[in-house]
Amino acid sequence: MSDVLLLAIDTSTSAITVALHDGSSVLAEATTLGARGHAEHLAPGIRTVLDRAGVTPTDVTHVAVGLGPGPFTGLRVGIVTARTFALAVGARVHGLCSLDVLAHQGVVSGAVSGGELLVATDARRKEVYWSRYAVEPAQPGGIRRIGDPTVSRPADLDADVVALPTVGRGPQLYPDVWTAGILSPGELRSAPVLPGSSEGFGLIDVSAAALAELVIQRLAAGDPVDEHEPFYLRRPDAVPSASSAIARSALG
Amino acid sequence: MTDGPLVLGIETSCDETGVGIVRGQTLLVDAVASSVDEHARFGGVVPEVASRAHLEAMVPTIERACREAGVRLQDLDAIAVTAGPGLAGALLVGVASAKSLALALGTPLYGVNHLASHVAVDVVEHGPLPEPTMALLVSGGHSSLLLVPDVTRDIRSLGSTLDDAAGEAFDKVARVLGLPFPGGPFIDRAARDGNRIAIDFPRGLTSGKDRQHHEFDFSFSGLKTAVARWVQLREQAGEAVPVNDVAASFQEAVVDVLTRKAVRACAANGVDDLLLGGGVAANSRLRALAQERCDVAGIRLRVPRPGLCTDNGAMVAALGAQLVDRGRTPSRLDLPTDSSMPVQQVQA
Repeated sequence: MSDVLLLAIDTSTSAITVALHDGSSVLAEATTLGARGHAEHLAPGIRTVLDRAGVTPTDVTHVAVGLGPGPFTGLRVGIVTARTFALAVGARVHGLCSLDVLAHQGVVSGAVSGGELLVATDARRKEVYWSRYAVEPAQPGGIRRIGDPTVSRPADLDADVVALPTVGRGPQLYPDVWTAGILSPGELRSAPVLPGSSEGFGLIDVSAAALAELVIQRLAAGDPVDEHEPFYLRRPDAVPSASSAIARSALG
Repeated sequence: MTDGPLVLGIETSCDETGVGIVRGQTLLVDAVASSVDEHARFGGVVPEVASRAHLEAMVPTIERACREAGVRLQDLDAIAVTAGPGLAGALLVGVASAKSLALALGTPLYGVNHLASHVAVDVVEHGPLPEPTMALLVSGGHSSLLLVPDVTRDIRSLGSTLDDAAGEAFDKVARVLGLPFPGGPFIDRAARDGNRIAIDFPRGLTSGKDRQHHEFDFSFSGLKTAVARWVQLREQAGEAVPVNDVAASFQEAVVDVLTRKAVRACAANGVDDLLLGGGVAANSRLRALAQERCDVAGIRLRVPRPGLCTDNGAMVAALGAQLVDRGRTPSRLDLPTDSSMPVQQVQA
């Protein structure tokens, strides 16, 4: 693809991750791991990748964002940042299920090379967000999602699902459930594998470089990738009482 | 054509997604998308519902504001945004959007205090603020008396509510009376057909030691309980509840205390100008009684029109423009939100 400058953002996992991609390779990437303040770190991260690549905001032609599922507050920061940036510079907005990106990371890193894989991430409240994927080299990103992303208690997953090679934080959080599917420590941090990338990525958190690569591949395959509504998977009424406290309670 | 900086303001501290644009002291547009209908069935604002609504409304509201004002984003001189106080998750949507705009457009960013914005907004309606101004801010989340020597950097709190905010009391009493949420407009309407001296409800912190220790503080919790008990006794006796009289008498108790203390605060501090702000300032009886008492005391009263009293983006833009005018330092891109930002802090 020519004349492409894609800004990629994901805030669905504990990484606040940003990358720039020119359609053939990664130009710059910046990831803050384990940070809590998504809103604090994201905008400086975008400035960092723009500066590193020596481009200006108006050079950006596409903005891609991870749509989760993930903790709501951080997720919204990423999506509203992407939508607003695109509005300001007249770029197109693209959205991807963040679990798809992790599946792509599992394949492109070489950790999983055939059959099926599972992505399971932290949904808090003793649950995981998860999805199954078929590894198919002919597909963009080498993966095909089987079914919709779901939120479940780990113990409620079928044994044959949990036995699949698993990407994401789920196995680390619930080692009593993932007794077979957990990848070895060596597989949890890959060497740089994406064209142009100087950084590796783990298989625990989303990498914006991998997100950018997956969007570019899907666009090249003719998929418009133009949905950008968040994957909440839970109704607002179901959030824990600490954060769902009615601000102006009428129960006095 | 007036001059001055072209500033876009974003407000998402509660359930209104507000985007306003001003040029200097001229209001160009005030676009608001509200999720209040989605909260009505819960009897109050549910933070997660509000945050989801902000995400949906943010970009469309920015687009609408620009279209209606005939302004291109590229023409903006600065972006201002509410950094606090407010609901944490709701604030984050607005702040993230504002940062993204400022970064993409290369404009300065000003993270500002929601309460200071409620004071600053009146410049677009009634011109520059006298310095100092006394401000009475009353809403569902706040009830404060503020001495404001300079809205861009010097705001002093004289008093605030010790328990419920005034608007909160309206919501709770509306519920007792079987009126819908939000309670303010419905109680205001019912009260017009009621007798405001029918029932002598208590005036919190207005006598004896309470008054000495809390001269400019408020308390509406006892009033709310007194109304609930009064209604309950009527119901237990099998008598009809005179909703209009209860509404009028309750409302009178609230606005009597608010205006009495505000006028006294002006006198005690030698201030000749009183400004009303916040959603409760849309209450017709509060406006009328404040005017009456200010006239008697020789105080000039300023009340923005109701649409600028409730939460909106124009007030944030208006404060932003004043910060630009006075050369205040912009915020950094790693600006945090602060859900309990103190009123003395104008900028984040």
